[in-house]
Amino acid sequence: MSNAALLIDFGSTYTKLRAIDLERRAVLASGQGPSTVTTDVNVGMRLALEDLARRLGSLPKFRVRLASSSAAGGLRMVTAGLVRELTAEAARRAALGAGARLVGTFAYRLTAADLERIAALAPDIVLLAGGTDGGNSEVILHNARALGASRLDCPIVYAGNRAAWDEAEPLLAGKEVLCTENVMPELNVLNIEPARAAIREVFIRRIVQAKGIDRARGTCDAVLMPTPAAVMEGARLLAEGCASASGLGELVVIDPGGATTDVHSIATGAPTTPGAVERGLPEPRVKRTVEGDLGMRHNAATIAEVAGVARLAEDARLPQHRVERLIGELARDVGRLPSTPEEHALDRALARAALRVAMKRHCGTMEVVYSALGPVNVQTGKDLSGVRVVIGTGGVIAHGAAPLELLETVLADPAEPESLRPRAPRFLVDRQYLLYACGLLAQAEPQAALELALNCLEEPVAEAAA
Amino acid sequence: MSSQPNGAPTVVTGVIGSDTHIVGNRILSMSLEKAGYKVVALGALTPAAEFVKAAVETDADVILVSSLYGQGELDCRGFRELCVEAGLDDILLYVGGNLIVGKHPWETVERMFLDMGFDRAAAPGTRVETVLGWLAQDLAARRRAAQAAG
Repeated sequence: MSNAALLIDFGSTYTKLRAIDLERRAVLASGQGPSTVTTDVNVGMRLALEDLARRLGSLPKFRVRLASSSAAGGLRMVTAGLVRELTAEAARRAALGAGARLVGTFAYRLTAADLERIAALAPDIVLLAGGTDGGNSEVILHNARALGASRLDCPIVYAGNRAAWDEAEPLLAGKEVLCTENVMPELNVLNIEPARAAIREVFIRRIVQAKGIDRARGTCDAVLMPTPAAVMEGARLLAEGCASASGLGELVVIDPGGATTDVHSIATGAPTTPGAVERGLPEPRVKRTVEGDLGMRHNAATIAEVAGVARLAEDARLPQHRVERLIGELARDVGRLPSTPEEHALDRALARAALRVAMKRHCGTMEVVYSALGPVNVQTGKDLSGVRVVIGTGGVIAHGAAPLELLETVLADPAEPESLRPRAPRFLVDRQYLLYACGLLAQAEPQAALELALNCLEEPVAEAAA
Repeated sequence: MSSQPNGAPTVVTGVIGSDTHIVGNRILSMSLEKAGYKVVALGALTPAAEFVKAAVETDADVILVSSLYGQGELDCRGFRELCVEAGLDDILLYVGGNLIVGKHPWETVERMFLDMGFDRAAAPGTRVETVLGWLAQDLAARRRAAQAAG
């Protein structure tokens, strides 16, 4: 009986492989090939396997071969809800939680212009929400009618007012539709797990095939989920543990990528301030946010816009005009790896800014409201100040010489007491880019996946900062 | 009006503005539930816009606004306009509590809130039964008007 597992990420640039020794809970080797999903997925896969075989001497027989995919633009989704802060927001969170790349979010009635835009976005799935159960049905019916009559041919997941489904179903005739539980069955009650499961089901059944990834079935048993969802499953496993072993408890994973910075938190986010009143939509315990304006390459210019060029320049110890010039070059050549000391300094400053801002946006805030009875602490979003572990993954953290210098920027700042960021977590680094692999492996062998993750995450060493 | 003609009417309740007095509002919400209403309780410290958003999403028939700390006039100004803006032209609006500071005859206070577009204003000490009576009467009138309109 073989004791090896193969975990595959059909990425947008590379086909990445991790071969795992299930008995020793260790990485046997990693392999990489180009991403060839747009032509024939098997070309890249074969090259990646050859790379892996070179490192291993020969390929073992794999007991488990599981894949995730972020290729061909990822799982492109559009969401539609009613009130922006309520069902539209709940739908957004469900899509992000399913590992989607959100390309459009809509609220209220879809107009003719909205439908044009949706058609132009060519999403893989539309998530249709709106109305609590027994609540407003007029808007979701309007939107179902509009989508039903449109030329859109992607699957639609209906996760809105259940009382309106019987009327909505015929309006969507001719489209592939999956009906699931409402993302907000009652006001301010968030119920995104069923929608997440439905999206994953459509992904496995339809999207994998539509993107041509199913042609790799000779070399892989199943493509289970979008890669961001696999990272989230890895984070969830690490936090919660499995039946036979305990996890690390509440944690945050932060992943600064080329186009976006993702933050996953596995934590209730309940107030740590006694007597604090929570406002706004309840927060999902497993939450993913994606910052589309914070990407180390494709969106380096917007990092500079958000953080300020002056601050970046100061952090990189470079003159401002040099920073502006280098960022311009990055935008023209997004595949570029830093080579000169200047480029390294800028990359470090960009990463620090992306991490700081992304964590700030992911975490909640606390403000003091003065009421007739005295000051009241009002919390919006998740309080992650007590989170014990923060894990950094992604190229710039994994390959950088001083991950601690990057990660420390996510910490709570006494100058911004309203931001509920982690105060004193332990940092871990996913140097081998294993979290996605653990998330996939967790579906088949949770204990092996957990122990593999615990074995492979590294404590960043402070000395490396020099 | 509610999307389910045979279902229980939906009532949104909450304490408006920076007001933390939740007890009376909670008693009212419980009584409404007992009387067969579907209650969407927003609790204390609720901005005006949140009442309206909740009413849109739940297709509410009535919004009951509580205000106990004397700032009701400021907090409730423009409430009806917010509803109209959100497409809730016909929603019933009630307000009650210690609505403004200082000593004013109730008729003056009531007039002020009715002029703002509230359908009913409840003086301090109003019994829950009175409010339930108003609701039954006003909702029946709305139903009759809706039927007459076809």
